[in-house]
Amino acid sequence: MTEPIYRADVLVCGGTGCVSSGSLKVMEVLRAELERVGLSQEVRVVETGCRGFCAQGPIMVIYPDGIFYCQVKPEDVPVIVEETLLKGRIVQRLVYSEPESHTNVPLYENIPFYEKQQRVTLRNCGIIDPERIEEYIARGGYEALAKALTTMTPEQVIEEVKASGLRGRGGAGFLTGLKWEFTAKAPGDVKYVVCNADEGDPGAFMDRSILEGDPHSVIEGMIICGYAVGAHEGYIYCRAEYPLAIKRLKLAIQQAEEYGLLGENILGTDFSFRLKIKEGAGAFVCGEETALIASIEGRRGEPRPRPPFPAVQGLWGKPTNNNNVKSYANIAQIIANGAEWFAKIGTPRSPGTAIFALTGKVRHTGLVEVPMGITLREIIFDVGGGILNNKRFKAVQTGGPLGGCLPESGLDLKVDFDSLRQAGAVMGSGGMIVVDEDTCMVEFSKYFLTFATAESCGKCVPCRVGGRRMLELLTKITNGEGTLEDIAKIEEIATGMENGSLCALGQLTPGPIRSALRYFREEFEAHVTEHRCPAKQCTALIQYVIDPNKCTGCGRCRRACPVQVIAGDRRMIHVINQAGCIKCGTCYEVCPFDAVVKVSGETIPVPEAPIPVGTFKPVETQA
Amino acid sequence: MPLQEVVEVNESVDLAPLDKVLDEYASERGAVIPVLQRAQEIYGYLPKEVLKHIAKRMNVPVSQVYGVATFYAQFSMMPKGRHTVEICDGTACHVRGAAQIIKVLEQELGIKAGETTPDRRVTLRVVFCLGSCALAPVAVLDGQIVGRLVPDKAARLVRELE
Repeated sequence: MTEPIYRADVLVCGGTGCVSSGSLKVMEVLRAELERVGLSQEVRVVETGCRGFCAQGPIMVIYPDGIFYCQVKPEDVPVIVEETLLKGRIVQRLVYSEPESHTNVPLYENIPFYEKQQRVTLRNCGIIDPERIEEYIARGGYEALAKALTTMTPEQVIEEVKASGLRGRGGAGFLTGLKWEFTAKAPGDVKYVVCNADEGDPGAFMDRSILEGDPHSVIEGMIICGYAVGAHEGYIYCRAEYPLAIKRLKLAIQQAEEYGLLGENILGTDFSFRLKIKEGAGAFVCGEETALIASIEGRRGEPRPRPPFPAVQGLWGKPTNNNNVKSYANIAQIIANGAEWFAKIGTPRSPGTAIFALTGKVRHTGLVEVPMGITLREIIFDVGGGILNNKRFKAVQTGGPLGGCLPESGLDLKVDFDSLRQAGAVMGSGGMIVVDEDTCMVEFSKYFLTFATAESCGKCVPCRVGGRRMLELLTKITNGEGTLEDIAKIEEIATGMENGSLCALGQLTPGPIRSALRYFREEFEAHVTEHRCPAKQCTALIQYVIDPNKCTGCGRCRRACPVQVIAGDRRMIHVINQAGCIKCGTCYEVCPFDAVVKVSGETIPVPEAPIPVGTFKPVETQA
Repeated sequence: MPLQEVVEVNESVDLAPLDKVLDEYASERGAVIPVLQRAQEIYGYLPKEVLKHIAKRMNVPVSQVYGVATFYAQFSMMPKGRHTVEICDGTACHVRGAAQIIKVLEQELGIKAGETTPDRRVTLRVVFCLGSCALAPVAVLDGQIVGRLVPDKAARLVRELE
C-alpha cells in the first residue's frame, strides 16, 4: 500500500515533558477529528521528539507553514482543524505570545526562544518521527556511516574526530578522538563500545531527549566508533527511569538491523557490529565509567581506581570505549561535513555546541542548544526569557549536583569547558538551574549535598564519611545552630574529599558548597552569627505571621492550612499557632491581601488570639 | 544508602513465572540486574524466597544477589502499598517547593518518605527527576503525572485514595 501524498504535516511533540502535559490525548483527538472531517488522507499527524520548549507544552507545529501552537488542549483540536487545516487561518489564542510585549509570534522560526539557539546535536529532535528510520535517512542519516566504511580507514576516522576537537559531552571534556585512539591501539581482539545514557543529574534531560527524539544519531555514531576502534559489539546503558527512550532505542536498533545497517556485513562491507541495551536500576554513581561497566557486568555499580583505564581494560576486562550520548550524536555530522566544519562552531578550545536543560525560576524552561562561547546572560535572559514573576536573578548552578554556582557578576562569562571550571562551576551534565532572590544558597547547597551523599556508593572513605559529616555541619547551620568553626571545618573536609576520593562523585561533591562559599559567604555567616536566613527559606529560622493591620478576616488561610493551626473567624484577625505550624507556606500563597508575611530574625507584633478586625493595638514594647 | 531489611511476609510465593524469566536469561552474561528487574515486575517487590531462588538458579552466592538488590534504588524488599505516590525532588521541583510538598504528605499519611502506611494503603517515595521539570513540582500517582502541585492540593490527593 502506498502512502497518500499529504498536503500538511502536523507535528505533535511526544517527548516526556509534553506527554506529561497531555500531548498523547491531543494526538488521539486530532486523529479522530481528521478522520471525522475527512482529512485523514490529506493531513498527516507525526509524533516527534522533544523541541525543548517544555514550559509551553504540549507543542504542535503545522507544516508547510511552520505555525507554532503551544499549550494545546484536546478541546482546542476541533478549532485547529476547522480554522487552520480547513480554512488556512491562524488560531491566535494558541499562538506563542511574547510575555513582555504581548505580541503574538505565530511562526516557529520567529520565536525568541529559538533565535539564539544553534541546533547541531538536536538538529532532528522535534523535526522527524523517531520511530521511522526512513525520516532519519531522509535528513542525511547513515550517509556518514557509508562514507566511513567505504572511503575511510579506521585511522582516518579517528584522525577526523581528533581534528574536529570534539570534547566528551559527558562533562569532563576529554578529547573524544584521543580516547578512541587509546582503545584502537590497546592490544586485544575483542573490544567494546559503550554509550553512557545513565543521565542521573536531577534536572538534566538532554540525553533522554536525544534518545527519544533522534535515536538513530546515537546508533550511527556508535557504529562508526566500533569501526574506528575495532569493536564488534556495543552496549547502551540507559536509565530504567526512561521507558520511552528505551522503547524507541529498541525499535531503532530493530529497524537498523532490517536495513542492514547493524549486524553482519554492514552495507556489504566485511564490518559487523551488534548493539544491546542494558537498563540501569537507579544509581547515580553508575554515570562514572568504571561503575557503569561493573553494572553492565551485573555487579554493584562501584567504581574502581584508574589506571588501568577502560580503553585498556574495560568491560569483561577488554578494551572499551565509553562516551556520552551527546558525543556519539555529534559523530555522524563530523564525518559527513568534515572536521573543519565542526571546529568552526563554538570556541577554538571547545568547538561545537552545548546543550543545557534550563530549569528553575526562569520563564522559559526547557532544552536549549547554543554554540560554545555564548554568555550565561544570553542563555538566561535572551533564550530563557529572564526570571519568573519579575524577581531578581540570584545565581545559576551549572553541572548539576556536582557542579557549582555563579552569581550575577558571572553572567557575562563565555560558556565553555575551561571558563566554567575556572569560575568554580563546571559544564558537567548540562543542567542549568536558575534561582532567584527567594532561594537560600545554604539550603541550596545542602540540597545538592544531600543528593550526592545519598548516592555515594560507600566504597571509599573520603566520599562515604566526608559527605555525611559535611551534611551534618550544613544541617546545623540551616537550623541556626552552626558556628564559624563549622564553616571552616566544612572547607577542610571539602579539601580532603577533593584530593582523596576514588572517583569524580566524591571529588566533585564539595563543588556546590565551595562555590556557594566563594560567592555567597555572607549568607552562610548570617545563619551562623545572626540566626537569620536572608532568603527566608530555612524553615527553622523563619516564621509565618499574619499582619494584623492587613488581615481582613476572610478565612482563606484558615481553610487552606493543611494542619489546621490558624485560629480565627469571620471579620476576626487570624492568628497562626506557631507551635503546630509546619511552615508549608500555603497561607502565604493563598492570602489575597498579602497579610501573611515571612519573617526571619525580626518580629512583628500580633495579638495572642483572634480579635475583631480593626481593633488591634500593639502593646508598647519597653525600650 | 540506608540498609534495607528483608521482610518476612507470610505470603506464599509462586516461583513458576520467575523460572520462565531465569530460563530466558540462562545464557546471558551479567544478567542479575535484568532478572531482578523482571522479578520485581512479577511480585511487586523482592521477597526473600525470590532472592534465594535467583541465587541458586544463577549459581551465585545469595550475598551477591542481596548486594546488588540493596545497591540500586529501583529494588525494594518491602511489599508496596495499594497506591504509590512518588514525589519528585529533582532540582527543578526542589527550587519550586517540593520539600514542602513532601512534608505535607508525610504529615498527612503519618509516615516518612520511603515507607508504606501500616494498612498498606499508600507507599510514599521520593524520586529524583521525572523529566517533567516544566510542570514542577510534580508527583506520580499510580503512574499518572500530577503537576504544578501546591501543599493543599497534594494533601487532598492522598486523602482521597481508597
